[in-house]
Amino acid sequence: MVGEGPPSTPFAAPGKGVDAGLRRHDGVELPEVPNAPMTRFILARCAQAAIVLLVMSFVIYSLIGLMPGDPIDVMISSNPGATPEVVARLRAIYGLDQPILLRYGHWLAAALHGDFGYSRTHAQPVLTVLLPALLQTCKLMLTSFIVSVVLAFALGIWASLKPGGIADSVISLFAFAGISVPVFWLALVLILVFAVTWHVLPASGVGTVGDGGVTDQLRHLILPVTTLALANIGSFTRFIRAAMIETLRMDHIRTARAKGAGERRVVLVHALRNAMIPVVTVIALSFGGLFSGALITETMFAQPGMGKMIYDAILGNDFNLALTGLLFATLVTLLGNLLADLAYGWLDPRIAL
Amino acid sequence: MIRAALLCAGLLPSLPATAASPHPDLTIGVASFPSTLHPEIDPDLIKFYLLGLADRPVTAFDAAGRLVCLLCTEVPSIANGGARLEDRGMAVTFHFQPGLQWGDGAPLGAEDLAFTARVGRDPNSGFANAHTWSIISRVDVVDHLTAVMHFTEPNYQFDELGQLLPAHLEAPVFDHASGPAAYMQQSRYSTSPTNPGLYNGPYLIAGYDTGTRVVLERNPNWHGRPPAFDRIIVKTIGNTAALQSNLLSGDVDMVPGEGLGLTLDQVLALQKQQPDRFAYAYKPNMAYTHIDLQLDNPILADIRVRRALLLGVDRQSMVDKLMGGRVPIANSFVSPQQPMYSAEAPAYPYDPARARALLAEAGWTPGPDGICRNAAGERLSLEFSTSTGVRVRELLQQVMQSEWRRIGVETIIRNEPARTLFGETLKHRAFKGLAMFAWISAIESTPRQTLSSGQIPTAANNWGGGNYPGFHDATMDADIDAMEKELDPAKRRPLWAEMQRIYAEQLPVLPLFYGADAHVWPLWLKGVDPTGLQVSTLHAEDWHAE
Repeated sequence: MVGEGPPSTPFAAPGKGVDAGLRRHDGVELPEVPNAPMTRFILARCAQAAIVLLVMSFVIYSLIGLMPGDPIDVMISSNPGATPEVVARLRAIYGLDQPILLRYGHWLAAALHGDFGYSRTHAQPVLTVLLPALLQTCKLMLTSFIVSVVLAFALGIWASLKPGGIADSVISLFAFAGISVPVFWLALVLILVFAVTWHVLPASGVGTVGDGGVTDQLRHLILPVTTLALANIGSFTRFIRAAMIETLRMDHIRTARAKGAGERRVVLVHALRNAMIPVVTVIALSFGGLFSGALITETMFAQPGMGKMIYDAILGNDFNLALTGLLFATLVTLLGNLLADLAYGWLDPRIAL
Repeated sequence: MIRAALLCAGLLPSLPATAASPHPDLTIGVASFPSTLHPEIDPDLIKFYLLGLADRPVTAFDAAGRLVCLLCTEVPSIANGGARLEDRGMAVTFHFQPGLQWGDGAPLGAEDLAFTARVGRDPNSGFANAHTWSIISRVDVVDHLTAVMHFTEPNYQFDELGQLLPAHLEAPVFDHASGPAAYMQQSRYSTSPTNPGLYNGPYLIAGYDTGTRVVLERNPNWHGRPPAFDRIIVKTIGNTAALQSNLLSGDVDMVPGEGLGLTLDQVLALQKQQPDRFAYAYKPNMAYTHIDLQLDNPILADIRVRRALLLGVDRQSMVDKLMGGRVPIANSFVSPQQPMYSAEAPAYPYDPARARALLAEAGWTPGPDGICRNAAGERLSLEFSTSTGVRVRELLQQVMQSEWRRIGVETIIRNEPARTLFGETLKHRAFKGLAMFAWISAIESTPRQTLSSGQIPTAANNWGGGNYPGFHDATMDADIDAMEKELDPAKRRPLWAEMQRIYAEQLPVLPLFYGADAHVWPLWLKGVDPTGLQVSTLHAEDWHAE
């Protein structure tokens, strides 16, 4: 007998595999599954990612190039004496007189050697600007991600145990509020309550000048992390709740209960693992989005992360910085997808890679 | 409970320690961050605000609009012999105050002026004000305290001299850079912005966290009055609503009014809510909000229509209702604060009856829907653009649309993001009717960029210049040329008066109002005296806590 579970993916075509005769944790024997070697799968996905990155780099470069204005416009806008000859010479110095394809080629050749160019708006090498922003984003986004996932699992599972009950209604209300409330408004309310009215937390920034200790940094993270977490918990909770409700109605759950498994084991071991597959997809895609930053939250709390950096770079016509930032966000999204695929295989061995 | 939880977690702020001064630090909140602190590259307002604290120009304007020396001993003039005509140009001598030092103790003087001119004269320098430097043929260093600048042509702004570059630090970088682009990247302002030798002001840049904050500390080698604060922290908070919350929470002490923080309407609202908690100051500034008219549009080519448009809007009511009456109405491009302001230029007080009469005279008569039509049956309809996201301007636009409809003029609002409006539409003169925005000017700043026919953007001049309406007037061109070469302020005055008269009579642009800086600072902070003419930080050594 084959237990109920998520439908097989196209990867799960029948074939030979070493997993033949594998037994699931609930004792049900699993069918034979194909065994595409993990390394080949990862290499193939890396090759795909490289192609996607290459295409994306060209698309982003072209789109930024099509935007109105260029860096020389900034210079001549305040310089009424700039003659056409001077402007042409400046464009030549910055390489802006060349066709966009040629400029892109130069950028790509340099990037392949690890030189991502120079940020015009920060007057520093791109990586010098990008790495601190990335570090700040990691601190802010990973913390909020972990908080939101942990809380969403707790709330989603709790709500699914008795659909339509009081707990489910309250949690659903909370989840919908989280989904509906604009981040901008939520951030302002948190600042007004905790910083303006109670004076217990700083309203903005990453640390106090002259302090900068771990506790000080944590204090500065509380409000932005709470804002982001509240915004994410709602959707995560709804997904987990829906997946758990569906799974808890399946035959293998009934079987597990009939065999005397405790309710905690049924929910946390038998049901949760099956329910995780659709949830993992959503979470993995969100994970990729984390590294492009959260523009509004970063702006409201003066957190110098990737989102604000990319936004400012685009507005400031800072080609190199915007391009590198966006490519990095693309890369992490691709990695997130890869992790999701690997997680599928771990969660359900019938899903072959 | 939350407070208790935070207390247990050790995350509540500790109680302030007893200190000699209750306010050793001053935290200033702003909404932007400079791209560089190099004084001559990228003319950011926020950069000049910071440099007012850290790096003083040679000369600056005082509250009365008079040029005064900050690093020199006397402003050079024809009268005192500091400036004289020579050949086809002029020579201007600057005497530096003795004992001036950069923040690292290196002497500051004529050599620094000569070096700054050497970099600025390079046509590829990327200097924001390259034109001024390009007309300097050479700088003679007479001695450490005396430099003579030789101009290739007479220039009426010969006595204005901004920040200098420290030759002892920047000359080796400039000499070894492979080109101006390389210099900008390798300049110590980019590679080590906290190097004390780059600055000469009362405070030095001690911390520079890109996009977040700049920390300034006292300069031990400052030659003037010792500054009062141990530290000044200039914190960047990009959203003005969040900036206001930071002000209320005490995370920032003050928000400057030089267009760097809260908008005028936000400060007016804050003052209503918190009248006694902060000190407020509103200072008319050099910004000038106006509507450029596309003179290639046959409707707007008729001067009677242009005058009718200006007569048909009640600017005073708009200013009173939307800006608390804090800004003055504009009648020309020269602010009443400016020494060269002329009260003789024609004014256009609100007069809808006269506006309708002018339209009728121009052949526009009201149709059945109230909108005027000409003999060919064409509607008097114009596109009206401004940049999106500037709330006050969008409100003004709606009020004007309504008022113009009452005199029979239809306006169709077509707003664009600032980047598109300025980077594409205005730059290529692609707007079809009206475009509202602001110019930021300076005292006796030449109107060449906006009113000279040579500055009409065309493909031939690579879309340079800011004469977006396409205004062409031979007398105006001649006056601008003559004014820029006239060294005697008394003889410049009638030229300025005539330019203002031509502008107000011809109306290539509809003047609306001048701007106002809205400052907010704590009641304990004394000595702040913004002028609206230049950044208030130029006198930051006078700021102190009481």
